[in-house]
Order: sequence, then structure tokens, then C-alpha cells
Amino acid sequence: MEIKCEVPGNDFDRAGEASASIKKALQRLGVPADIVRRVAIGTYEGEMNALIHAGGGVIKAEITSNLTIITVKDKGPGIADVQQAMKEGFSTAPDYVRAMGFGAGMGLPNMMKCSDKFSINTVVNKGTKITMRFEHK
Amino acid sequence: MLKLSEVQRALEARSIVGEDKLDREAESAFGADLMSDVLAFTRKKTLLLTGLTNVQVIRTADVSELSAIVFVRGKMPGTEILQVAKNCDIPVLLTKYTMFEACGILYKLGLPACPVKELKDE
Ligand SMILES: Nc1ncnc2c1ncn2[C@@H]1O[C@H](COP(=O)(O)OP(=O)(O)O)[C@@H](O)[C@H]1O
Ligand SMILES: [Mg+2]
Repeated sequence: MEIKCEVPGNDFDRAGEASASIKKALQRLGVPADIVRRVAIGTYEGEMNALIHAGGGVIKAEITSNLTIITVKDKGPGIADVQQAMKEGFSTAPDYVRAMGFGAGMGLPNMMKCSDKFSINTVVNKGTKITMRFEHK
Repeated sequence: MLKLSEVQRALEARSIVGEDKLDREAESAFGADLMSDVLAFTRKKTLLLTGLTNVQVIRTADVSELSAIVFVRGKMPGTEILQVAKNCDIPVLLTKYTMFEACGILYKLGLPACPVKELKDE
């Protein structure tokens, strides 16, 4: 099964809707609760990043009986130094984002921690694609 | 572990969403205005105390499967935000106590801190 959700850019009121609908779908499909939670958290962090840093994007969830793969794709500015971006606490988020409770620089490391396999493909001025793999053990 | 009804009583809180779910239990608690920290560090069935009242608080509680949200310092979130909490089945309490007071009261009652696991420990 495949689900595709648009992430609107900078629309903080709708932020999180994509992750919420993917979470519901996984629950309906009977994916184990602990895995659903990790997928939901990782997807939400990816959704917030697309919204905050890249003017929106698209989230795709591919779900089979033993595996969920989440891809978050955007056509934003890309990340010049991925190693630096992956560091806990590194963030370029502006103050208004911080006032909303985000921009602590924990998102990318958390996505890596939540998923069984994490990869990031990014090209400056072209965009970013994040892939998270979750085994339904 | 503390029942939400006990949390409500101790904090003299108003239950504004999920009044029928106050027999739910919170295993631990976490006080934060930084949702990034909640997402990175909390476990499920944690009670969140926060002074932030935007919809991201509800979304964060939903994906993290927290037991309930306590808004401190008498801050009332907007009706659209409460509607999202209702849809996500997340109880919401409102207390006049400040973050420090509310945390102190619950801690004294024996509600433990959410065990924080550093990202790099894993
Ligand atoms: N999709 C993206 N497009 C462009 N830059 C990004 C994207 N995701 C993350 N970044 C960059 O990586 C940094 C760290 O991301 P993250 O760990 O999620 O922390 P935060 O979102 O709190 O800033 C961001 O501040 C931003 O500079
Ligand atoms: Mg982020």
C-alpha cells in the first residue's frame, strides 16, 4: 500500500496532518504499536523540516506486511553541509520557529534514531530527499 | 504512576478535553515548551506540562502517544486547537499553577520524571 501526502510550506496550522494520517493508516493495517510510534515521530520531524526549511514537500509512505518506508522530498534550498546538519543542536531555524517549539536542531538526529535505516540525499538549490526504513519486527 | 483524575485534583485543574478519560494513567511527566525535546526524549504514556498553546503541542502529543497535556499558568488554547485534541483523543487539563509549581506538586505526589535517554546513548 502507498500513501502520498502534500506538506504545505510554512503553514503551521496544518503542520502534522500528513504524519497523523500516515499514523492512522499504519494502525488500521495492524502494524505493531511501537513501530507506529517510531514511524509517526520520524515522519513528523521530516514533515516539520520540509515545512520550515524547504517551503513544503511531499511525503510518501510505502507499507508492506513487514516494512514501512517513508520518503520526505522537497524542492527547497538543499543542505550544504550534511554532517553539520546532522549534529544535535545545529539549527538554522529563525526565532519565530523557535517560539513555536521547534528549531532545537534535534530533528535529523531523532529521525536517524527512530528508524532502522536513514538516508539523506540533498543537492544545494535543488532539494532534499530523506528516506527512513522501519522493519515491522 | 498517577491517574489523570489525581493530576486534575492536585493541580486544581479544569478538564477541557477528554473528561471521560480521566481514569487514564500517566507513567511519568515531562515539562517543556520545546516540542523538539518532547519528540526526541519522551516515552509513551508521559504527561506533558507546557506553557505553549499552539496546535503543534497536540500534534507532538499525538505522534509521541503521550497520556495527556496540562497547560500551565492558566493559558487557554484556541477552540480549533482543542478540536484537534478531541480528534486525536488526547485529554487536556488547564491549571492556574505555573510550570514550576505544577511540576513540583506532581513530583511530590510521586509522579516520576520521564527517563531521558540521550540520543547518542542508543
Ligand atoms: N528539508 C530541508 N531542507 C533544507 N535544509 C534542511 C532540511 N532539513 C533540515 N535542514 C537543515 O538542517 C538543520 C538541522 O535540522 P534539524 O536537525 O531537523 O533541526 P531543526 O529543524 O530544529 O533546525 C536545519 O536547521 C536546516 O538548516
Ligand atoms: Mg527539524
